[in-house]
Amino acid sequence: MISIPSTFKISLRALRVNKMRSALTMLGIIIGVAAVITMIAVGKGTSEKLSQQISTVGSNMIIVLPGSTTAGGIRGGFGTQMTLTRADAEAIERECSAVHVVAPVLNGAAQVVFGNQNWSTSVYGTTEAMLEVRDWRLIAGRNFTEQDIRNSTKVCLLGQTVVGKLFGAMDPLQQTIRIKKVPFTVIGILESKGQSVIGQDQDDVIFIPLTTAQKRIFGTTTPGMVRTIAVKARSAEDLNKAEEQITQLLRQRHRIGPNQEDDFSVRNLTQMLDLAQQASKAMALLLAAIASISLLVGGIGIMNIMLVSVTERTREIGIRMAVGAKTWDIRLQFIIEAITLSLIGGMIGIVLGIIVTKFLSAFANLTTVISPFAVILSFGFSGLVGIFFGFYPAYKASLLNPIDALRYE
Amino acid sequence: MTLIETNKLQKIYLLGENEVRALENVSLKINAGEFVAVMGPSGSGKSTFMNVIGCLDEPTSGQYLLDGTDVSRMERDALAQIRNKKIGFVFQGFNLLPRTSALENVEVPMLYNDTSPRQRKEMAMWALKALGLEGREHHHPSQLSGGQQQRVAIARALVNDAPLLLADEPTGNLDTKTSVEIMELFVRLNEENKITIVLVTHETDIASFSQRTIKFLDGHVISDKATKR
Repeated sequence: MISIPSTFKISLRALRVNKMRSALTMLGIIIGVAAVITMIAVGKGTSEKLSQQISTVGSNMIIVLPGSTTAGGIRGGFGTQMTLTRADAEAIERECSAVHVVAPVLNGAAQVVFGNQNWSTSVYGTTEAMLEVRDWRLIAGRNFTEQDIRNSTKVCLLGQTVVGKLFGAMDPLQQTIRIKKVPFTVIGILESKGQSVIGQDQDDVIFIPLTTAQKRIFGTTTPGMVRTIAVKARSAEDLNKAEEQITQLLRQRHRIGPNQEDDFSVRNLTQMLDLAQQASKAMALLLAAIASISLLVGGIGIMNIMLVSVTERTREIGIRMAVGAKTWDIRLQFIIEAITLSLIGGMIGIVLGIIVTKFLSAFANLTTVISPFAVILSFGFSGLVGIFFGFYPAYKASLLNPIDALRYE
Repeated sequence: MTLIETNKLQKIYLLGENEVRALENVSLKINAGEFVAVMGPSGSGKSTFMNVIGCLDEPTSGQYLLDGTDVSRMERDALAQIRNKKIGFVFQGFNLLPRTSALENVEVPMLYNDTSPRQRKEMAMWALKALGLEGREHHHPSQLSGGQQQRVAIARALVNDAPLLLADEPTGNLDTKTSVEIMELFVRLNEENKITIVLVTHETDIASFSQRTIKFLDGHVISDKATKR
């Protein structure tokens, strides 16, 4: 049997003879491999960005929303009636074993003023537990204390966007801002969380003690009223249990009969975001599948050119057979030629794919992650394409009759 | 010692509806060391005879013993191996690989047996030198004259130490002077290296370099005698 290095040498020479043709044939594989690498990088980048955003929401998070009103047969949407109270939140924390911490929230939009700067932002009245529920850290200052909540002190924590809009480069700590004309002392600065999954700026926020919000900023129709309750379950496995416990507890507390609809709604945020991530993974898979098709088309291009090459080199095949080349010697020669084409194309494609990916993340503002797995996969796949699409032409070549092949003009 | 022995060789082609009897009842013996010319007009069966004894074609019936081995019913790869070890071919059109150096052309037969790359090169250099092509090892066929190309082809035929050299109209594409040179080379190879040569030609001048002339007509051997000088 002919040795592989000798065959490889023969292949390289044959490919050099038709430089232009070899280059064009490789182009199919180059584009295919580059597309696979780029698409996987974009898909992976997107899903990684998503999971990062998911972690900014807070892990194992459940949110309890108020229910809807029904007046004269017209049902309002969620939140049309404020049915939740701080007492509900405290009950959840006390009685639901699957719940870790709870933060009641009363929020709304408000105009804030510092010096000659003003800004409209979301103001959240909440408790000191909020930071733990949302896995949020302070970069300066301190959190609320229980005392702040009890005494309705006028202190606040600022998100990064608000700091930028009101203070610029100034240090906001211990400065006084006005929220709806009420003066508040800045006691803490929140770390940046960036955009939420739906593109909301999570840093455009001010936290104040719940009681202060209830009494001084938003006012309440019922005592202790809150808009939502944020809940952190003990673990991801406890999420469903916590959801169930909360539902049962609130139904009991709100005295809802067995056939009546809930006047609140419990949502598992993490689950929703997991769904979003699954969707992005499916998208990445789809992108990779489309890219693989171009790799397949590249393979067909190789087969096409190899068939032409076999016809053109019929006489060479005849000569080789006459001097003793066996069936597999001929097959190997053409298969290795096809593999050489596809692997060189694959290598160029990898380089091109990495360049395009870098370009995309630099100029198109896309998050991309080049995975070694994708590189190895597409390189291996291009080799397989070479073997697969090289085999038929090689098989055809090996079946030639030496006498006819020698006489071929 | 008998190198080639055929018994009632028959080869029938189907050309559309027509049966072409290219070889009919050919029984011959060629001894090792002979220099035989095979002659005949086109369509006489001499080329078919060459193809069969060159193990490129299978006879329809009859027997062919090469060096004592019955090769008439061997399969493709076994025949390829026989051609590689026992037979050197020289063709009218030289049949060298284009865009490939003389040296690499001569190395080709050794690619298909277990010769090491170093040995391949040494053997090819030796063969080219023996045929007076020293200094032209790296020329491509297109850079060589017809005579030189044919000598590269002969070097390729010799390089595996095959006992049998089959030449199919080896001077057909050469001028008279070069033809004589090539024929003298064959005579030398036959006399000094004891290589058995079977030469197909339709030119009496060329056949006259051989010792024995076999004439074909319509698939039959019509004469087989010592060559007239």
